[in-house]
Amino acid sequence: MRITLRVWRQKNADAKGKMEKYKLDDVEEDMSFLEMLDVLNEKLVLADEDPISFDHDCREGICGSCAMVINGTPHGPQKNTTTCQLHMRHFKDGDTIDVEPWRARAFPVIKDLVTDRSAFDQIIQAGGYVSVNTGSAPEAHATPVDKVSADDAFDAATCIGCGACVAACPNGSSMLFTSAKVTHLGLLPQGQPERQTRAISMLAKQDELDFGGCTNVGACAEVCPKGIPLASISRLNHDVLGATLTGARAD
Amino acid sequence: MSELQQEPTSVQGEGRWLLGDPIADDRAPDSPVGDRWSDRKFSARLVNPANRRKMTAIIVGTGLAGGAAAATLGEAGYHVKSFCFQDSPRRAHSIAAQGGINAAKNYRNDGDSIHRLFYDTVKGGDFRSRESNVHRLAEVSLNIIDQCVAQGVPFAREYSGLLDTRSFGGTQVSRTFYARGQTGQQLLIGAYSALERQIAAGTVEMHPRTEMLDLIVADGRARGIVTRSILTGRIETHLADVVVLCTGGYGNVYYLSTNAKGSNVTAAWRAHKRGALFANPCYTQIHPTCIPVSGEYQSKLTLMSESLRNDGRVWVPKERGDSRPPNSIPEEERDYYLERQYPAFGNLVPRDIASRAAKNMCDAEQGVGPGGLGVYLDFKDAIGRLGRHAVEAKYGNLFEMYQRITGDDPYEVPMRIYPAIHYTMGGLWVDYDLRSTIPGLFVGGEANFSDHGANRLGASALMQGLADGYFVLPTTVPNYLADGPFDPIDESHPAVVEAVEATKGRIDKLLSANGNRTVDSFHRELGQLIWDQCGMARSKEGLEKALDRLPSLREEFWRDVKIVGTGDGFNQSLEKAGRVADFLELGELMCTDALHREESCGGHFRVEHQTEDGEAQRDDENFAYVAAWEYGADKPGGKPILHKEDLEFSYVHPSQRSYK
Repeated sequence: MRITLRVWRQKNADAKGKMEKYKLDDVEEDMSFLEMLDVLNEKLVLADEDPISFDHDCREGICGSCAMVINGTPHGPQKNTTTCQLHMRHFKDGDTIDVEPWRARAFPVIKDLVTDRSAFDQIIQAGGYVSVNTGSAPEAHATPVDKVSADDAFDAATCIGCGACVAACPNGSSMLFTSAKVTHLGLLPQGQPERQTRAISMLAKQDELDFGGCTNVGACAEVCPKGIPLASISRLNHDVLGATLTGARAD
Repeated sequence: MSELQQEPTSVQGEGRWLLGDPIADDRAPDSPVGDRWSDRKFSARLVNPANRRKMTAIIVGTGLAGGAAAATLGEAGYHVKSFCFQDSPRRAHSIAAQGGINAAKNYRNDGDSIHRLFYDTVKGGDFRSRESNVHRLAEVSLNIIDQCVAQGVPFAREYSGLLDTRSFGGTQVSRTFYARGQTGQQLLIGAYSALERQIAAGTVEMHPRTEMLDLIVADGRARGIVTRSILTGRIETHLADVVVLCTGGYGNVYYLSTNAKGSNVTAAWRAHKRGALFANPCYTQIHPTCIPVSGEYQSKLTLMSESLRNDGRVWVPKERGDSRPPNSIPEEERDYYLERQYPAFGNLVPRDIASRAAKNMCDAEQGVGPGGLGVYLDFKDAIGRLGRHAVEAKYGNLFEMYQRITGDDPYEVPMRIYPAIHYTMGGLWVDYDLRSTIPGLFVGGEANFSDHGANRLGASALMQGLADGYFVLPTTVPNYLADGPFDPIDESHPAVVEAVEATKGRIDKLLSANGNRTVDSFHRELGQLIWDQCGMARSKEGLEKALDRLPSLREEFWRDVKIVGTGDGFNQSLEKAGRVADFLELGELMCTDALHREESCGGHFRVEHQTEDGEAQRDDENFAYVAAWEYGADKPGGKPILHKEDLEFSYVHPSQRSYK
C-alpha cells in the first residue's frame, strides 16, 4: 500500500506546530498503525531527521498510553479500538491520513503527538478510591455483591484513562472519565460511604483543571475504546444531586 | 551479607565464568515452614510512627509490587518517592495481565489449602525455588483477595453475590480469582488508586516520566538513584534511606515479546553492576498461545489467554508443507499432536511443554502460516458441542482481539498461534526479606527471582507482585529502617558525583556515535540471536555461538548506533538506546547461565539433557541450586562469578514431572 501521512510536528510545548507530509510506499495491511509509524521513524532516523514522538507502551489496547487523532477521530475509524490495535487493513492504497495529538486545553502538547494527561491523575487523587489502608480489609466474602452490580461496576472500571473522551468533546470535558470511576465505585458496597463526597470532589477537581463542562453531546462515548456508556454521566449527575440534597461537601 | 562484597576465595575457571563462595538466605526463621512468616513478622523491628516521616524510601516502578509498596509505606507514614517512566503510574505493564490471581481461599471446598498452593507452586517451578518464600506467598494470598475486594476491585461474582473462581494450568483445584480477561488491569487500578490517595495525602511524592539510570551506593549502602527526566532530559539525583526496585522482568531482551515496549532491565542491571547478584537469568517463560509474527515490521507479540486451551484443540497438518487452507484439510489428515503425545492432559499440558511441542512440529516442517511458524488452535468442535453462543460468552473478547489483529474470524477459521516470551522467572537475588546483596536495596515483583523457580504457574505473577508490595516489603523494609535514619549524604558525596558522571558519560557516548544503524535494528538482531540460541531449546553449541557473537554485537552497537537529536529534551530514541545497551550485556549473562546449567528444568530446556521420549531431564544431584551471578567484567578475571545457593526441600520432595 502507498500511504501519505500528514502528521502534527511540534518541537516542544512552547514551539508552534504544523502538519508535515510523509509518503510511505511499502505499507502492509497486517501492520498496526503504530508499526507503520515505526517504519517511518526508522527512515527518518537514517535520513538524519527527528523521528515522530508518540506515547505507546503495551500495544494491546489496555495501558491507555497511545493517543492519536486519526482523520479527525480519536483512535481512528474502528469502533472500540485503541490506536495501537488499529491495523492498516482498514485503509486503502493511496489514502492520505491526518495524524494529530489529542486537542484539549487540559492536555497540553509536550512534543509532536505526545500530550500531558496528568490532569487525569489529579482527578483520581480527588477521590477516585476507597479509603482503605493495607491490612485493614475484612474477609472478602463478608460482603456479597449482587452479580449485576458487580458486572456493571466492572464495565465502568474498564476505562483505560487514555483521554479520547476529552479529545472528542467539543468542550474538552472529562465527564465520561470521571463518571466511569464514580460509577465503578458507586455500584459496589465498598464504595458507598464515600459515594457522594467522591462525586462532588472529583467534579470540583475537573472543573478546576481546565476541562470544559458537559453539554450532553455524546461524542465521548462514541470514541471510547472501551465502550463506557453515556449513562455513566447520568449516574455522576445523580450522585452529585444526591450530595447537594444531603449537604455533603467536597473534601 | 557483607562477605559477598569480598573477592571469592575459591575460584575454579570454567572458561566463561568463575566460581565464587556459596551464598545462603539467613533471614527465614528456623521454625517449621508454616510458622516462618509469623515468626519473621514478630522478630522484625518496628519504627516509631513519629520517626517514620523522617525516613525516605525510594520505590522504582509502579506496577503491582511497586504501586502497592509505595501506597502501603505511605499509609504507614514514611516519606515515599515513587518513580515510573510512563506518563502515569496507572500504565505499568502489570495492567496487561489477563487471566487471574491465585489464592488458597478454598471457597469451592475442593481440597485447596495454603499447603496445596505451596506444593503446586514448588512443583510447578520444577523444584528450583526456595520453600520458605513460596510458603509465605501461599499464606499471604488470602489477604490479597481481601485487600483487593475492599478497594473495590470488581472481581467476577456468582449469582449468590460471592466470588467466582476458575481453574488454571498445573493445578487440580479452582483457585483463580478473575475480572473477565482483564484481571491485571483491575488489580493495578486498585493499587494505583491507593497510591493516588497517598499522593493526595502528601506521603508519596510521585515522579512520572522519570527513568532510573543508576543506583547510588555510598559507604556500602544503597542511598539513592540517578534519574533522567524523560520530558526535559535533566539528570537528577534522589537520595534516601532505602531503595526498592519493582521494575519488572527482562523479556524484552528478545525484542519480540508480550511485554510492553517500554519494559526494560535497566534499573535491575544498573543495580547488578553496582554489586547486586543476578539469579537464574536463563529461566524465561515462553507462553504457547500467542499470535504469530506477521512480518519484519512486527513490533511486539500479543498473548491469547491460556484459558483458550480449555476448549480449543491444537493441531497441524500431518503432511509436511501442506499449504491448503485449514478448513479443506480433512480430519484424518490432521495431527492433534498434544492429544496424541500427552493423552492424560491433552491440550492442557503446562506452558513449557505446550510451547516446546509447537516448536518441534514447526521444526519438522509441519507448521502453518508465514514461514511455517504457527500451529492451529481450533474451536470447531467446541462450537459444535456447546454452540456458538456459549463459546462467545466464554471467549468473546479474546476472539475479537484475535480478529482485530489478524483480520481472520476465529469462529470460522482456526486461530494460528505460536509461542512467545512472556515472563522471566530470573531476576535480582533476594533473601527472605527481599533484600538484595547490597544493604539497603530491596527488590520486589518480577524484578526479583524469588518465588517461581524455573517455571511460573498461570495466575501466580499477580499474586507475587501484590504479596511483595502489600505485605512483605512493608514488613521487611521497616526492619531495615529501624537502624536509620542513616548519616545524611548530599550531592557532593563522591559516590553521588561518580554515579552522575557515569550516567552523563554514557548518554554522551550514545549520542556521539552517530553511526549508521538504528537502535531498533540492533535490538532486533540481539532478540533474534537470543531467541534462536537461548529460547525454547538451548544447546551448548548454540549458546557458545551466541556468546562468541555478543561482544562484537555490543561493540558494533556503541560504535555504529545512530540517534538523532540531543539529550536535553524529549528523545525516545535515546531512551531506547540506553535500554538496548543494557539488554546487550544481560543477554550475555543469560547465555552464560544457560550454558552452565547442564540440565533441563522448567523453562530451561537443554537439548543435551532430555529423556528418551524428549522430556526435560532435571539433575537434582548437581543443579538443585540458585545460580546467583556477580558482575565480573570489572574484576580480576573479567568474567561473571557464580555464587550457588543450595536449595533444600524438606516439605515437597522433588519428583519427575509427567503429563503423559
